[in-house]
Amino acid sequence: MMVQSIYFRRKWINRLMLGLSGIAAGIGIAMLALILGYTLVQGISFLNLDLITQAAKPAGEIGGGMRNEIFGTLILIGLASVLAIPIGLMAGIFLSDFGSPRIASAVRFAADILAGVPSIVVGVFAYALVVRPMHSYSAFSGGVALAIIMVPIVARTAEESLRLVPNSMREAALALGITRWRAVLGVVVPGALTGVVTGIMLAVARVAGETAPLLFTAFGNYFGFQGLSNSIGALPLQIYNYALSPYSDQNQQAWAGAFLLIILVLGISILVRWLSRRKRV
Amino acid sequence: MERSANSAQETDEAGNKIMPTKVIGRKFLGHRRYSDRIFSSLTVFFAFVIVAILLGMIVALNFDALPAIRKFGIEFIVGTVWNAVTEQFGALPAIYGTLLSSAIGLLIAIPISLGAAIFLVELAPNWIRGPGSFLIEMLAAIPSVIIGLWGLFVLVPFVRNPIEGWLGDNLGFIPLFQGPPFGLGFLAAGIILAIMVVPIITAVSRDVMRAVPNSQREAMLALGATRWEMIRRAVLPYCRSGLVGAVILGLGRALGETMAVTMVIGNKYALTPSLFSPGATIASKIAGEFGEAAGDVFVASLVELALVLFAVTLLINVIARLLVWRMTSVKAAQE
Repeated sequence: MMVQSIYFRRKWINRLMLGLSGIAAGIGIAMLALILGYTLVQGISFLNLDLITQAAKPAGEIGGGMRNEIFGTLILIGLASVLAIPIGLMAGIFLSDFGSPRIASAVRFAADILAGVPSIVVGVFAYALVVRPMHSYSAFSGGVALAIIMVPIVARTAEESLRLVPNSMREAALALGITRWRAVLGVVVPGALTGVVTGIMLAVARVAGETAPLLFTAFGNYFGFQGLSNSIGALPLQIYNYALSPYSDQNQQAWAGAFLLIILVLGISILVRWLSRRKRV
Repeated sequence: MERSANSAQETDEAGNKIMPTKVIGRKFLGHRRYSDRIFSSLTVFFAFVIVAILLGMIVALNFDALPAIRKFGIEFIVGTVWNAVTEQFGALPAIYGTLLSSAIGLLIAIPISLGAAIFLVELAPNWIRGPGSFLIEMLAAIPSVIIGLWGLFVLVPFVRNPIEGWLGDNLGFIPLFQGPPFGLGFLAAGIILAIMVVPIITAVSRDVMRAVPNSQREAMLALGATRWEMIRRAVLPYCRSGLVGAVILGLGRALGETMAVTMVIGNKYALTPSLFSPGATIASKIAGEFGEAAGDVFVASLVELALVLFAVTLLINVIARLLVWRMTSVKAAQE
């Protein structure tokens, strides 16, 4: 009797706890569904062609769009990529192929720590580094801030994928008598290209939605692109401003902008997923 | 690291040890060729750019915060007044708000993430495992400003009524749940943070749990344990430090989260036990005021806030990395 009741209890505790863990996983996925579903449904209902073809109108006027901000986000991403990809890729090559283990692990540690720095702090740093010396908010400073966020992601993912290239390929290349740098750029990097590109896309997806580091670097600008040394608008910045706006027309544009941003960011993430899965098979 | 360690032990068909490429490269080619030397120094240079950015951050933040550090000293940390007109700046309410909202976030996120990780590692059939992990990780990919937008228009009204209404009616005798239900405030910020750290804690704990050797599970099951007892007595104790690392990693993210929190916390500089009250965090304070700050001391005070945040997240990330690394590298060494 006694033995049976203990057994009974253990069995039910087991079921209860396992059930709870399933529910927890369900809650996690439900959060995604709630946010994603609501944003997509809201966004698509306010989406129209004006959003991508029109510039913003002054607050209170109905209509207008986010053309300049969309363009600004693309410029900022481009700028950040131009700055971050060479640094990240070369650092990744250093970590996988050139660094001595001790120095490499120090650099790796620095990269991981840098990746954990809150993006608002990166913004304050970019302000001190670029905005103050230049005496102006600028597209360039926004690009620098985003690049600082991208660099550790690109470096670490590049390193990981370069390491997956078999050593026999390096040896074969060297055996042909070519220099090490040509072996790396001509054989190792192309062999790891999918992984390297995946890392870059991951970094782009991350910074495309960043707002905090742009608040006081790119700053926002209703008049479109006016050169790299002038302030520039960005889609996430505009979503933030319009979300807090008292005008419901701007709130609606915030949802539509969020729709575009989420398609961009999740589109890249899903593409990354697809690429890296194909690589593994 | 694991890779080069592995390749050092590899042998060819004849049983000779294959030397790691690095050594071959250095020995025969490495430094005889100028082009190689140049390329190698270039990679060194760019690698050290990363280190330089980190060091530069430390130096620049300290330098820019100097006027505030000089003027207030330790008063800055314990001061409760933030007044740009009288140039009095104290960070305590912002620090309190940061800790409080993160604590609420973790309190909600930890059971959900651990449960989800247990489900994904120990229970889910293979065809759920991959997509399940992917969906939860997608949550981490949603830009924070969009979570803030959703929080502002969907979550905040829901927090105001029913959540805060119910808590106030039924648990109102506890100071935490007193005061008018605003919606905007610590509680909403905490829930938003929970949503944002769940994917991180889940992903890291999943990796850590996966690193537990199957022999541990088998031994426990062989003793007649139920599956939950196996998880509880064998898996979780084995990877405890890694799980702590996962939670701390989540904490680091929560402390520094800016946009979503700024949008739902209400931005009031308040030191109150009520979770219903609007508040501020370090990050929201910087986000809200840095662009318009005028005067050396004001700017310096905001930079000092950033410095405090930087120092805390730095410390937390170092601890978390060490805990998680130790855990997952054990497995890598065994494989």
